[in-house]
Amino acid sequence: MKSFRFDWLVLPLIGLLIVLAGWQMIAGKKIVSTDEEGNIISEERVGLVPALPDIRDTWEASRPYIVEPMAKRGELDQGMLRFTFMSLGLVAVGYAIALAIGVPIGFFLGLSPVFTKMFDPIIQVLRPVSPLAWLPLGYIIFMEAGRDTGTLAALFTIAVCSMWPTVLNTAVGVRAVPQDYLNVGRVLKLSRTKMLFKILIPATLPYMFTGFRLSLGIAWLVIVAAEMLTGRPGVGGFLWQEYNSLIYEHIILSIITIGLVGFILDRLMSVVEKRFKTA
Amino acid sequence: MSFLRIENASKAYTSGGQRTEVLDNIQLDIAEGEFVAIVGFSGAGKSTLINFFSGLVSPDSGSVTLEGKPIEGPGPDRGLIFQNYSLLPWLTVYENIALAVDHLFPDWPATKRREHIERHIAMVKLTRARDKKPHELSGGMRQRVSIARTLATSPRILLMDEPFGALDALTRGELQQETLQIWEQDKRTVVLITNDPDEAILMADRVIPLTPGPRATLGPAIPITLPRPRIRAELSTNPEFKRLRAQVIDYLLEAAGSQKTTITRSLVLPDIEPEDLTRKSIFIGRRRPVRRSEIKTETVET
Ligand SMILES: Nc1ncnc2c1ncn2[C@@H]1O[C@H](COP(=O)(O)OP(=O)(O)O)[C@@H](O)[C@H]1O
Ligand SMILES: [Mg+2]
Repeated sequence: MKSFRFDWLVLPLIGLLIVLAGWQMIAGKKIVSTDEEGNIISEERVGLVPALPDIRDTWEASRPYIVEPMAKRGELDQGMLRFTFMSLGLVAVGYAIALAIGVPIGFFLGLSPVFTKMFDPIIQVLRPVSPLAWLPLGYIIFMEAGRDTGTLAALFTIAVCSMWPTVLNTAVGVRAVPQDYLNVGRVLKLSRTKMLFKILIPATLPYMFTGFRLSLGIAWLVIVAAEMLTGRPGVGGFLWQEYNSLIYEHIILSIITIGLVGFILDRLMSVVEKRFKTA
Repeated sequence: MSFLRIENASKAYTSGGQRTEVLDNIQLDIAEGEFVAIVGFSGAGKSTLINFFSGLVSPDSGSVTLEGKPIEGPGPDRGLIFQNYSLLPWLTVYENIALAVDHLFPDWPATKRREHIERHIAMVKLTRARDKKPHELSGGMRQRVSIARTLATSPRILLMDEPFGALDALTRGELQQETLQIWEQDKRTVVLITNDPDEAILMADRVIPLTPGPRATLGPAIPITLPRPRIRAELSTNPEFKRLRAQVIDYLLEAAGSQKTTITRSLVLPDIEPEDLTRKSIFIGRRRPVRRSEIKTETVET
């Protein structure tokens, strides 16, 4: 199809409208029957998915959490932006741990065939394990930590789950460093440290940042699951609590928030990633 | 005693279980201050040969010596100008040269180092491109940077591996001439590898043909007595130049014709561009280095 002016804006809007219409169509609507005096006789929900709130109900119920994004009414009743920051705070710590562990492992894998042969099979087996499986293990490992056990278990899960893309991309990047760059260093007789910091790391950075971006995406996925299971305040914790309190509108609000935040994080990381593409 | 010497060296590579004998019975003596050019076909083993001197490759048998001492590894006394420039793409022109200079002359005051770098950038006429990254430069400019980087390390010996091979004809001529001018100033020892007989004759004191592989070996040296400074444009009509050229080409063609079999050999096409990092892979972890040129096999009738 030919592109036209503002197609970058118009087409996504059309797509959004179609999805919203689909949602509205399958969502349940409240039917309230009253007698002549206006007393409610019965209240029932009809529709393809009766329990699914429609757009209007979702907006009405969500408004306070959006228009007062930083409000704090209770531990699990706060503005969405506040919840987001709480979740991001935990993600930041877990993600930092993942990178701090993942980058060196990646370098060892990339540099040493022996190391690769030793650990690659284990990595391939551990990599697909779901965060839901790691979390209980985290609880056991940090059992002694008392009040902090939940937090530490969540951090452990984020770190373990999100480090793999960093590990693997770093390893691939190290292996892909052109021999010529290394020869430049060899002819100059650079020391091992200088070789690492002046040639190997800069040459690997573009790959590493691809790993960093993918890792951040996973870290954000994991935090929601971790909060749901630990009941920590945050976007995921809020979602789970509202599900238990039967306030389904807030589940949708949380999903949209999680998606938007994940999207923004990915965009930010790809801007950083592009800056390191040195071709 | 000769300055640089290769004695009875041979080299074979084994990759994927297949053994290729590349060089055989190589004898080479180079005097100090001499400009020697080695001419040969692609894939004959020219890079392998020059890397005996750079120390990046060591022969399977035989010896390589500098002033009688065996060469045991790379070192900055033997400056190598790479076939594919090998500039670090994340560094600017200045920074690429500074990496070498700062490492080799750490005792110099910072201002002296800076002046040294700037002087070499000016020598190859790149002052205006001082802060550009390699990908912003043309092939000729990149090779200029590479030459400046190597000269800035003040090597005793200059090793050039097909330095102008990937350039267009006009740029190549220009760079040959400029390189000669720079060389005339201090006449240090140079080993030039090339597949272009004209280039070899224009630049060198002595041209040595390398027979086609496998088991390539050096042919008889052809002394070039054309007076210096040599001007490329004037040489093309010079009868002595024409004679030398015919001699080099005839030797190489005859050497190639003497083998009456069909061989399949792989040749490394000059990878003149850095790895292509702009191409994204769909599968994480499956990403492998994508280079615009790679090792190819060709079947040639010889
Ligand atoms: N590291 C290596 N491993 C295996 N084979 C190699 C290697 N380097 C070069 N070769 C092979 O040796 C032959 C000579 O290579 P090279 O010295 O690069 O030739 P030239 O520089 O003359 O084109 C080629 O057939 C090439 O495929
Ligand atoms: Mg070569």
